[in-house]
Amino acid sequence: MRISRFIPFALSAFVPFLAGPANSADKALTVYTYESFIAEWGPGPKIEAAFEAECDCDLTWVGVADGVALLNRLKLEGDKAEAGVVLGLDTNLVAEAKATGLFEVHGLDTKPVSVPGGYSDDTFIPYDYGHFAVIYDTETIANPPASLKDLVEGDPDQKIVIQDPRTSTPGLGLLLWVKSVYGDDAAQAWEKLSKRVLTVTPGWSEAYGLFTSGEAPMVLSYTTSPAYHMVAEETNRYQAAEFSEGHYLQIEVAGLLANAPDKDLAREFLGFMMTPGFQNEIPTNNWMLPAAAITMELPEAFGMLVAPEKTFLYAPEDVAENRAAWIDEWLGAMSR
Amino acid sequence: MLTRTEHRASRMAGLAALVAIGLALAVPIAVLLSHGGASELSSSQGDYLVQITRFTLLQAGLSTLLSLVFAVPLARALARRPEFVGRRWLLNLFAVPLGLPPLVAALGLIEVWGRNGVANQGLGLLGAETPFSIYGLSGILLAHVFFNLPLAVRLILPALERLPPEYWKTAANLGIGGLPLFRLVEWPAMRRTAASAAGLVFMLCATSFTLVLVLGGGPAATTLEVAIYQALRFDFDPGRAVLLSLIQICMTLVVMLALKLMAATAETGDTKGGSTSRPDVQGGLHALPDAALIGLGGLFVSAPMVAVIVSGLSADLSRLLTDTLFWRAASTSLAIGLAAAALSVVLASFLVRGRYSAGQNPGSPALGLLAGLSGAAGSLTLLVPPVVLGAGWFLMLGGGTGQLLAPLMVIILINALMALPFVMRVLEPAHQNTLERNGRLAVSLGVVGANRLKQIDLPAMLPALATGFVFAVALSLGDLGAIALFGSDRIVTLPWLLYQKLGSYRTADAAGLALLLGAITMALMIVAEKLGTWNGSAYR
Repeated sequence: MRISRFIPFALSAFVPFLAGPANSADKALTVYTYESFIAEWGPGPKIEAAFEAECDCDLTWVGVADGVALLNRLKLEGDKAEAGVVLGLDTNLVAEAKATGLFEVHGLDTKPVSVPGGYSDDTFIPYDYGHFAVIYDTETIANPPASLKDLVEGDPDQKIVIQDPRTSTPGLGLLLWVKSVYGDDAAQAWEKLSKRVLTVTPGWSEAYGLFTSGEAPMVLSYTTSPAYHMVAEETNRYQAAEFSEGHYLQIEVAGLLANAPDKDLAREFLGFMMTPGFQNEIPTNNWMLPAAAITMELPEAFGMLVAPEKTFLYAPEDVAENRAAWIDEWLGAMSR
Repeated sequence: MLTRTEHRASRMAGLAALVAIGLALAVPIAVLLSHGGASELSSSQGDYLVQITRFTLLQAGLSTLLSLVFAVPLARALARRPEFVGRRWLLNLFAVPLGLPPLVAALGLIEVWGRNGVANQGLGLLGAETPFSIYGLSGILLAHVFFNLPLAVRLILPALERLPPEYWKTAANLGIGGLPLFRLVEWPAMRRTAASAAGLVFMLCATSFTLVLVLGGGPAATTLEVAIYQALRFDFDPGRAVLLSLIQICMTLVVMLALKLMAATAETGDTKGGSTSRPDVQGGLHALPDAALIGLGGLFVSAPMVAVIVSGLSADLSRLLTDTLFWRAASTSLAIGLAAAALSVVLASFLVRGRYSAGQNPGSPALGLLAGLSGAAGSLTLLVPPVVLGAGWFLMLGGGTGQLLAPLMVIILINALMALPFVMRVLEPAHQNTLERNGRLAVSLGVVGANRLKQIDLPAMLPALATGFVFAVALSLGDLGAIALFGSDRIVTLPWLLYQKLGSYRTADAAGLALLLGAITMALMIVAEKLGTWNGSAYR
């Protein structure tokens, strides 16, 4: 065995990725986000094209499984992160994200933004919002749950796919939703609900994929998800179940990293985020509701969606204070 | 036979390899221990730890039971039918899961046993109300049986085939068959091998990572290994990772000691490919039960592989092959594999040589210890599973983000250690043979030291070294355990890419990738087998 012969060969294999990404434009911006945002069918590619057309820069997306995984990644990387902007946290996570000290006040005028409850912040800017909902397949389920209580206590053979609150913002959303409704009894509710859970995925994409491929008849997603099927697939097959207790609100936000290599460019992107150039891509690509003005007509399907009358939303500080304990409670209840 | 100088050099080499391995294991464990004080346990956390420890043992126990319950009758049926068409082919097929990357197998299993898979459609036609679930405990058990049933069959079958033909002649003359024959002859012959196969299967299932990660489906079906990974990647909670790692090490330690006490290692041997005739077994319609059993076994093992090929071929392979990310992942995988294999072969050679030299002098306790430790070095990686090793290095490197070389080195190191027991098992007999055959002559001719290594020992061992090397490359190529902790958009290997495609539900891409990865590792395994001494029994 002449190992010496292999060494240069082995080293040469490292070369392509030691060189790092090549930049065509002078300026470059890296944005951390979640997987489904930058999928081929997501808003990422279109927003990239629109922003690059006006910034004369190179925009690179880096995707992780889901929103909470973004925060985990930031905690892990600390100030070594190479990104300028993080897009895809939600208000449940902002207090914890600020506490890392990795974000910087954006200093932008957020007047164009308007979301339910009027959330506004000096560090994070909302870019869209939606309400969590259980989406079901009308071909398999005739009587969808009409309340969270129905969901918890329903037939255990009728399965739902949910996301892991340790990595996913919808997963965390459901955890907070259950907490809002059940309070101190949340653990018992989860224990019951766990019998109906087919699997817990790290991110929204995988869960929704399992649902649409027929592995489970229900999935945790958003009230806006049926619009996708109505518009893009022209089918009414997948519908959102309206829950009598109310729905949990999610406001998705983006923020500026203090260590951004090019802060001006990062700010320019955050500014762009509040314009129609970005917002127009949200409804029919991210299938969420825009957080600022759009210059397009919303498809008719958006008028046919479940519009929750009562909504829940924890203050960011409350989530920051309790998240770890509530996740432990969830782990304990789900593993029993 | 070695000269004094050679003995000294061999022992130094063995010692050096031991120290290197010791450091590679001790450093991460020390790091884990130093992080240990950080976490306080709330009652719900304690609850969770108890649950997953219990689940880890439960699923391993059930997996072992199921694998053996099917393996024993299947091995018996195969022993009873030494001459049917395709028997050799079937036994080769049963060797495939050993080398198949778990992720690829998981994909095939989902394809066959998922809600829309062939199996559930069949069950539905038969009137089953609730479909079989590939997620959670049932999925984990299914996957573990898929991997370990063939392994157990291949371990148990030789025990039956080694029985002298007179046994079967006598049985035929006396008209003993069925249950009495099983009780009197077959079971006593298999018992010891079956027990040690059970021990091995239990150990493999208790430390299984990838299958549980992909098929587990939530906190209710999480093993310690997966929980360690989640504590680091999901929660970034080093305290919990440390606690889990310590529980894991204690558990594997107890299991290994129990196994050591329970049974001596299985006598492994090759099957003779059906040369023993079985006059006690009737043909014709009486062959039906055996045929059905063998047919079902073959179907169970082959279906997921066929599914991987079929769905892989229907994926857009040409697009995948022109994707730069695929080539980056492939070259990274290959580089890691080559480096890990080289390291593994070097370490194994040192250990084997050192052990041989130390074993020549049974009187000395120090040398006895060296020989014993060198032998045990292989099993150490089972004791401290890759994820635990990775966790220690992960904490030491602060997550390894923003770095490139350090995490790569760690991945290479972990993969090399993972392959070590298998490489040693290939090298040890070859080394023994070489020295027995040429040792005396070399010394009498005065060809010693470096000259002898270069001119005699290494050339003679080349097939074994190459086999071990290729095998280690294949093992590393399929590994998700180490890369799961360190994978990022800068370090992408093929299994990591496949895992990500699965996560983002790019099913077609995942199917194509699985086919490519499966084909590459299979090709390497075949090369390794053809290269020489390697055969099914040398593995594990």
